[in-house]
Amino acid sequence: MSTFAPLRRRRSVGIRINSVSNYLVLSVLALVFFAPVYYLVIGSFKPSDKVLAGFAGFLPTDLSFNNYVTVFRSLSSDSTGYFFVFMLNSFVISAVIVLAGLVVNSMAAYSFARLNWKGRDRTFLIVVLLVIIPFESVAVPLLYMMNGSRDTLVVQILPFVANAFSIYLFYTFFLGMSKSIEEAARLDGVGAFGTFVRIVVPNSKPVFATVTILTFLAAWGQFLWPSLTVSDPSVRPLPLEISVFSGQQPVDWGAVFAFGTLLVLPVLILFFVFQRFFVQSVAGSAVKE
Amino acid sequence: MTTDTRINSPIAVPAVIIPRVISAKQRGRALRDTWPGILMATPALLGLIAFVAVPFIVAIGLSFFNVQLDSVHPARFFGLTQYQRLFTDPIVSGPFFRALLNNLTFAVVVVPVQTGLALFLAVLLNRKLRGMAVFRTFFFMPVVFPMALVAVIWRLILDRGDQGLLNSVIHFISGGFLGAHDWLGSSATALASVILLSIWQGAGFQMVIILAALQEIPQERYEAAQLDRANAWGQFRHVTVPGIRNTLIFVVLLTTILSFRIYDQVYILIKTAGANADATRTVLFQATQTVFDENNLGQAAAITVVFFIIVVALTLVQRRILRQRSDG
Repeated sequence: MSTFAPLRRRRSVGIRINSVSNYLVLSVLALVFFAPVYYLVIGSFKPSDKVLAGFAGFLPTDLSFNNYVTVFRSLSSDSTGYFFVFMLNSFVISAVIVLAGLVVNSMAAYSFARLNWKGRDRTFLIVVLLVIIPFESVAVPLLYMMNGSRDTLVVQILPFVANAFSIYLFYTFFLGMSKSIEEAARLDGVGAFGTFVRIVVPNSKPVFATVTILTFLAAWGQFLWPSLTVSDPSVRPLPLEISVFSGQQPVDWGAVFAFGTLLVLPVLILFFVFQRFFVQSVAGSAVKE
Repeated sequence: MTTDTRINSPIAVPAVIIPRVISAKQRGRALRDTWPGILMATPALLGLIAFVAVPFIVAIGLSFFNVQLDSVHPARFFGLTQYQRLFTDPIVSGPFFRALLNNLTFAVVVVPVQTGLALFLAVLLNRKLRGMAVFRTFFFMPVVFPMALVAVIWRLILDRGDQGLLNSVIHFISGGFLGAHDWLGSSATALASVILLSIWQGAGFQMVIILAALQEIPQERYEAAQLDRANAWGQFRHVTVPGIRNTLIFVVLLTTILSFRIYDQVYILIKTAGANADATRTVLFQATQTVFDENNLGQAAAITVVFFIIVVALTLVQRRILRQRSDG
């Protein structure tokens, strides 16, 4: 018995050292990963000449809300556009894409997963094949097709509502659900659509959350398509505007960072509130075994 | 049942999906829902037809024409001239090949480095220690940052002046020996800069995918390895890596595809931050510039088609490798 004691002690010491080095490496890397975020946020509260100032850019000195005031003040005419309009545009575009997408894609997925109609399986196969086509490869022809409706909110919303990948996510979730309650409802004379709305949707919160998060992230950060279709500041979304705002000479770095902070704030708030969902959505949607 | 890995990128490119279609017969249901079925699928189908299928066919069509946006001249049939120019006319093919090369270089560096970093982080986070969730937050946070903003932040970090953050860090570390460097402007470091900020933004994404796979590995396998007196490295090689093999293959190929889709950061860095255009242009950037600077829609469509062929080729390779695994 006594021969085991030293062995055990040595092992636990080893584990402790191991844990410490684990923490140490993680801490250093976390600092490196966090530095740009910190730089952005702290810079948004500092005078412009103290942002681009070497190491001193990191120091929390001369903090004020002046940059935020500048963002609203300098973006408050018809020629530059209004900050709250950019914000509103981003919100409207993302919200409509997410909400309309949830309705349209979940309905279609339910039809593919549970309803019997001729040609269904073949149609679904085509939808699955469409997942391979990345949006980037249809952006140029879509620009040609929608040339007449450039500089509108609609042109920024419509192409992203129906989404083959969202349909696929809903489809796999619906397939995995137990059918018994649905079948009971159907036997009671509830129609296909009624069953979907009253029974399936309330029991599918995880997949709705996943699709909401993934769609919102993509919609909020959308850049390529607006860069092709939007020049009018009254319909410009935030990510496109930050490229315009940070491209003006001379650049007011404090204001640009305040703008950037405001741009990422809504996503960051959602991220911190629903963090577990965010991580699960990204990890879970990527690999399904 | 095969163990095919159902894969896809949420934020970005859908890779391959192996559909699990179950026929009506197999489900043994007599109910027929022809009208509700078709009606419920119609809105989404219309959207997919109008905004994916049709534009895709139009892209192929446009690439055979000489056509401009808002032009008074009617489109003129061009045959394969757009493709011929793309690959043989030095004025067009020069920048295009450079863009392809940049995408390729980006992929060759980012794929191993970012996957390696993500794996390293995931392994560190997979230990049952307190506070791992907090660390995970730090690494995952950049994933929710829009790429346009990431480019703006890093533009300042990489500023060419001696007040730039990276320059002052290097100045400090080298004890004043190394002076300021124009990271984005110099052709030698411009692409490396884009790579750096892209890895910062994307590593957390791969990390959570790998972490999810790590957590699926049964604890007993580690215990068995410990009984066999395998050290940490042995456990990593013989338990961890085989356990997440499919996920690693998936992540590698997904990252390769994503490497061909980069656009936002390149656009912002070239347009507003004076990044070296030749060293950082990508295929997609080349396509949009062909529309805007030259109003040459047919040429841009041809670039788009080539881009699509590359992505599909990578997707098929991915599918093939995963299939081999499943069958074997």
